[in-house]
Amino acid sequence: MAGELVLLDFWPSPFGMRSRIALAEKGIPYEYREEDLRNKSDLLLQMNPVHKKIPVLIHNGKPVCESVIQVQYIDEVWHDKAPLIPSDPYQRAVARFWVDFIDKKIYELGSKIWKTKGEEQANAKKEFIECLKLLEGELGDKTYFGGESLGYVDVALVPFYSWFYAYEKCGDFSIEAECPKMIAWVKRCMQKESVAKSLPDQEKVYEFILQLKKIFGIE
Amino acid sequence: MGEEVKLHGMWASPFSRRVELALKLKAIPYQYIEEDLSNKTPSLLRYNPVHKKVPVLVHNDKPVAESMVIIEYMDETWENNPFLPRDPYERAMARFYAKFIDDKLLPTLAKLGQTAGKEKEETIEEIHEQLKVLEDELKGKQFFGGQRIGYLDIVAMILVWLHLTGSITGQKVLSTEKFPLIYEWIERVMKMEVVNECLIPEEKRQDWIQLAQRAPKSASN
Repeated sequence: MAGELVLLDFWPSPFGMRSRIALAEKGIPYEYREEDLRNKSDLLLQMNPVHKKIPVLIHNGKPVCESVIQVQYIDEVWHDKAPLIPSDPYQRAVARFWVDFIDKKIYELGSKIWKTKGEEQANAKKEFIECLKLLEGELGDKTYFGGESLGYVDVALVPFYSWFYAYEKCGDFSIEAECPKMIAWVKRCMQKESVAKSLPDQEKVYEFILQLKKIFGIE
Repeated sequence: MGEEVKLHGMWASPFSRRVELALKLKAIPYQYIEEDLSNKTPSLLRYNPVHKKVPVLVHNDKPVAESMVIIEYMDETWENNPFLPRDPYERAMARFYAKFIDDKLLPTLAKLGQTAGKEKEETIEEIHEQLKVLEDELKGKQFFGGQRIGYLDIVAMILVWLHLTGSITGQKVLSTEKFPLIYEWIERVMKMEVVNECLIPEEKRQDWIQLAQRAPKSASN
């Protein structure tokens, strides 16, 4: 079950953060390798020839690609420690549905917020907040989406918090003002070492975004 | 167990057809509700308020939406004829290629109907690269699932559709020379009664092609 575990990752990637959190929750040691995305390593290209993307989890030399697939894999292999995915099939289906929702919406809308201006940005902000409100509805009065402990949806969503400051600065709005329950949930998650250690500093992410904007010639 | 299973679907949606195939493979009796996407039933809107789309599986009044989520739910609830392998690594692989089909191949295929000239040629190139990934995955196997039809085969049924529409439009994106293993797989699955039951009936195929060309994002709505 143990053995050699390597994570090919890029520090600001919310997708990479998901696997970092899952591994940390379960106390599984691994080697973290930072990739330069403008100069991808031979190992990355060899392990993920289809997409050539991070994160890639390499377990005993065999690659697992795509963050949601990695988190499920980690949960299935190390199933006796800190389970993330519910055991009841219906609860699992609900969790998978919301992770799919997060994947379809949050990253793309967030990207539009920092990449665009004017009406396109305004629409993206509006839809982004609507999506967070839907997620707040799903959270309800629970401590975490997973109930009393961190679960699959929590792990999938909380990494985007590290980008919230960047979204807020670029979009000139406050996520906490619109979605206080979401921020309260984030703060509870950040009290967990597995989450706090896996997320980069928000200001650092904002600086990174500013650099990207320069490179892509975005105002 | 007192089971009530309903499927809200739409005849032209490959996502809906996927779930029907899964239900038939597990021999689960179900009630099918055909949705008119321009006039969705109140039940559908109640069962899938977030996306308001088909397919939705309703099991003892509990709704499950999104075809891949539905198929995994079915596999975990009805243990006969399992779709996913037991080994976690093989499961990860099956999920990876299924995601590849949904996230990459399907959108590129949808784009095809909207392009012409040089852009069309480039799109076909892209599709060929994506099909090669699936061709390689079939090496040494009868089905994507190995010896028997499995999770990835269910998702890959889009290849059968591609073959059928190619025969009608004359636009053969999927050629036997370039993709012999995919072709053998298509012949193999088309021999299965359950697969044929879930294909678009012949008399509706022209309609389907026209519909697909008008709705590029996805055939499910």
